[in-house]
Amino acid sequence: MPEQLVFAMEVFLNGLMAGVLYALVALGFVLIYKASGIFNYAQGVMALFSALTLVGIMEGQVPFAHLINAIFGTEIHHFGWHVPALLAILFTMAVMVGLAWVVNKLIFRHLVNQEPIILFMATIGLAYFLEGFGDIMWGADIKKLDVGLPQGINTWIDESTFNIFDYGFFIDNLDIVATVVAALLVTALVIFAQYTKQGRAMRAVADDHQAALSVGISLNFIWVMVWSVAGFVALVAGIMWGTKSGVQFSLSLIALKALPVLMLGGFTSIPGAIVGGLIIGVGEKLFEFAIGPLVGGATENWFAYVLALIFLVFRPQGLFGEKIIERV
Amino acid sequence: MKMKLMTVAVAAMMAAGPALADLTIVDTSYRTGPYAANGIPFSDGYQDYFTLLNERDGGIGGEMVNIVECETGYNTEKGVECYEATKGEGALVYQPLSTGITYQLIPKATSDGIPLHTMGYGRTSAKNGAVFKYVFNYPANYWDGASLAVTHILDQNGGDVNGKKIALVYHNSAYGKEPIRTLEELAKKHGFELSLLPVDHPGQEQKSQWLQIRREKPDYVLMWGWGVMNQVAIQEAVNIRFPMENFIGIWWSGSENDVKAAGDKANGYKALTFHNLGSDYPVYADIQKHVVDAGKAAGAGDQVGTVLYNRGMYAAMLAAEAIKTAQEMHGTAAITSAQMRDGMENLEMTEAKMAGIGLPGFGPEFKVSCENHGGNGFGAVSQWDAAAGEFKLITEYFQSDQDVIMPLVEEDSSAFAAENGIEAGC
Amino acid sequence: MFYREAGDFKTSYTEDNQTFPIKFDRYRYYAVLLVAFAVVPFIINDYWVNAVFLPFLIYAIAAIGLNILVGYCGQVSLGTGGFMAVGAYACYKLMTGFPEINIFFHIILSGGITAAVCVAFGLPSLRIKGFYLAVATLAAQFFLVWLFNKVSWFYNYSASGQINAPERTVFGVPVTGAEAAPWAAYLFCLVFTFISAIIARNTTRGMAGRKWMAIRDMDIAAEIIGVNPLKAKLSAFAVSGFFVGIAGALFFSVYLGAVEVGEVFGITKSFLVLFMIIIGGLGSIFGSFAGAAFLVLLPVLLKNLLVGTLGWPTDLAAHLEFMIVGALIVVFLVAEPHGLAQLWRVAKEKLRLWPFPH
Repeated sequence: MPEQLVFAMEVFLNGLMAGVLYALVALGFVLIYKASGIFNYAQGVMALFSALTLVGIMEGQVPFAHLINAIFGTEIHHFGWHVPALLAILFTMAVMVGLAWVVNKLIFRHLVNQEPIILFMATIGLAYFLEGFGDIMWGADIKKLDVGLPQGINTWIDESTFNIFDYGFFIDNLDIVATVVAALLVTALVIFAQYTKQGRAMRAVADDHQAALSVGISLNFIWVMVWSVAGFVALVAGIMWGTKSGVQFSLSLIALKALPVLMLGGFTSIPGAIVGGLIIGVGEKLFEFAIGPLVGGATENWFAYVLALIFLVFRPQGLFGEKIIERV
Repeated sequence: MKMKLMTVAVAAMMAAGPALADLTIVDTSYRTGPYAANGIPFSDGYQDYFTLLNERDGGIGGEMVNIVECETGYNTEKGVECYEATKGEGALVYQPLSTGITYQLIPKATSDGIPLHTMGYGRTSAKNGAVFKYVFNYPANYWDGASLAVTHILDQNGGDVNGKKIALVYHNSAYGKEPIRTLEELAKKHGFELSLLPVDHPGQEQKSQWLQIRREKPDYVLMWGWGVMNQVAIQEAVNIRFPMENFIGIWWSGSENDVKAAGDKANGYKALTFHNLGSDYPVYADIQKHVVDAGKAAGAGDQVGTVLYNRGMYAAMLAAEAIKTAQEMHGTAAITSAQMRDGMENLEMTEAKMAGIGLPGFGPEFKVSCENHGGNGFGAVSQWDAAAGEFKLITEYFQSDQDVIMPLVEEDSSAFAAENGIEAGC
Repeated sequence: MFYREAGDFKTSYTEDNQTFPIKFDRYRYYAVLLVAFAVVPFIINDYWVNAVFLPFLIYAIAAIGLNILVGYCGQVSLGTGGFMAVGAYACYKLMTGFPEINIFFHIILSGGITAAVCVAFGLPSLRIKGFYLAVATLAAQFFLVWLFNKVSWFYNYSASGQINAPERTVFGVPVTGAEAAPWAAYLFCLVFTFISAIIARNTTRGMAGRKWMAIRDMDIAAEIIGVNPLKAKLSAFAVSGFFVGIAGALFFSVYLGAVEVGEVFGITKSFLVLFMIIIGGLGSIFGSFAGAAFLVLLPVLLKNLLVGTLGWPTDLAAHLEFMIVGALIVVFLVAEPHGLAQLWRVAKEKLRLWPFPH
């Protein structure tokens, strides 16, 4: 097999894996958009916030230590204990549910029936707030996140591909874990949305708020639930990305990687987020591999959007989005 | 944070204390935003050193130093706001610690007559003091950095890198592109093959670049990274099992923050530096005693001795020495920013001087002059020791290839002078 | 009491159609203009110009431009940063390429060039709608920034990749470069802001504006009553691009003086301008000003209050600043989802009746 083709296959596989990581972020957007029509700009910041909280709990950091020390002149930083990862994830989930409740109570209850762009703006306000809040609560330094996920090259794939192609493929163990987690997550979400009572209620709310209200579905409950689930997805994304780069401010920027995925897959489709992620991941990696060197590289950021744009011109509602029916 | 809100508020009400001091130093820091993790230790070190001088020596030459901190968040517009807000207070020197803000301030500060010190960053050709009268970038700049890295590689290969492959992974911005020109010249001179791998901001996803490195198997990888890009790059290098001792970062890619996330496997990673590391110097005992233990540290006091803290402290030390020089030259303790410029231009760092202030061998020796605002381009290579959790110097200070760099400095600065109608001259 | 139309008779259509039909409003408007043109230039210093007035005026132009696209024509765009970069780089190339021509024309021309680029990127709007379009315009944002970073022709092959504004004069007074006096830079921008606002105001209430609004309210219906969606949408992109380009050119040449594209015209800029028009009020020229003022002044004000007056550590203050801005955005939206402009309208209605509400 020609060398370039083998390389392209490796790039292709890695593109798939990167796509899964993008899709993880995109899932959170889809969930909230599906249930409430809110384009949640704060999803990236939520991932950052949840990861910060997770590390903070694991390391036994005192929340708001900086502020407390500044006001009272005390000298506290750590509780001095370490919480096991699993327990810390549970605690973090509790915090995210609390956050969902507060967000709903203070913001979105008051904005029912507003235009999408107003709701979008409110999430931007939320993003600003959380950004400052997370920093005050946990500090702005880079934190190492280690919940025991494997990292580094997968030797088995390396060796077996070496035997076949004379060139060992590089696949990151973390990416494999992410793929498995994403698959589980999507399956669980689809089952939840299709077969459970709450899931059906959620879809009913997404279809028509008022009709759902009139058959006795509690809007508040559904929204808190959806934001909690989105918080959970944000936490998963935060763990995956945070393991890679350490937990730090830039984590909130991963939302930008999810936007083309969303466009491509459609804002309302959970499988769409996955398929969109895969297409974007593969597309941008292969483009960078084939065309990148000719134009000087670093094409991935814009190419993802251009790729999505090309798809959209042919299917304006995304690959799996609900068909837009317009009547006068 | 020892600067208690209440005490500070009281102090502000009484309008007493260092607020009336005559030597104003502005610290344009960034303790928030994407680069906060790098901004915090630098700013802590910068402030702590001046606090030490105030507490221990009663200021510099009898004048107390008044530190004004202004938060930029690494944002150019906020940087401008900070500059305009603080320049009226008689700021002696600015140390923006951001390429973007530096470029903003070069014309502004020159016209206001306030010197800029861009230590190891900013506009490289500012080395030519005949054109950039108010800008100083001693002791080393990016082009020195590129050359130092190549010299180090030369040393390791017995002076011959003909046919070797060197890859540069860089932040796709003005900062990251700085070394390319120099590296191209050096590639011509030494016959190595250079490949360029840009990483777009912020740099969380670098799979493509590192797969390419894995395919092309360069002998050495150089990195010009900043922020999250550093951590991801080092992690990816570990993942593809690139030999870490052949991976050399610029000084801004060589702090504890950058390697810690990758864990033990980052052991052996190299980074350039233009000052010494660790806290094994007499001055640290003083800082501990007079600043940290006295509750006057600028930050949480937990950064003392980290790479970037040392760099901030080194910057403060150079500024303090320049103030001393200016005070001697002009025979007055309360110097102005114009006198500060003279002090910086006549600054001479000798081994005796550094030993005298409790930092023996902390930085290279150099002498600033009107023609040369950039020092002599001495630097060293440090290596990450994961077990000990610190960077260690593995070489002496050595000089960059001035034959390659000086013509480039000349070319770029004269282009700037022509574009802006500046008459060069000393 | 002061603010009422009683006794304010109109005898011609021109009078009836003027922007400020109420006498008090008109006088207030003249008073603001007088202060802006004749008083402010005499009392401002470097700090006020560079930290407050220049960003405010320039962002106001950008917000007006984006408001035409989003607020009047309903096409959500997140490419503002990229389009501002087009204006800035066009201005740089013109300034260095034709130094003998007045900077005033360079800036107008930069607006024109940006309009053309904006139309090209507006083409997908004919197929794509809503948030999908918003994300599609991000393609423009990222591509343009990449392009300006990559192609060295745009920055005249300088080693640093940055662009620097050389000194240029208007009537012999420098308005760009470090030597520009604060009042000169201020007046130069003010003239552009003033003209932009007048053009925008009158375009949006003329035929073009009505077409845009018809498209915004329902494009299919608009098409049926004879509005050509191709022309209406693309003209909105062009006009919007023109103003955004002018804002970008001023931002680079007068305000910052040196620009690195990824840092200054990144995605955050696109979001910032969008925030301005949503907070200020979609579909309102006044809203563009109010939003720009809110997001430019508030952080400066908070910073001065927290750090300057209360003496807080700068990092705590910066974090709190984020929280306060975020909370205020939410509070404003909950109180009045249609932005500051709507609050202003409500206040005016109240004032008309005051002090006799019945």
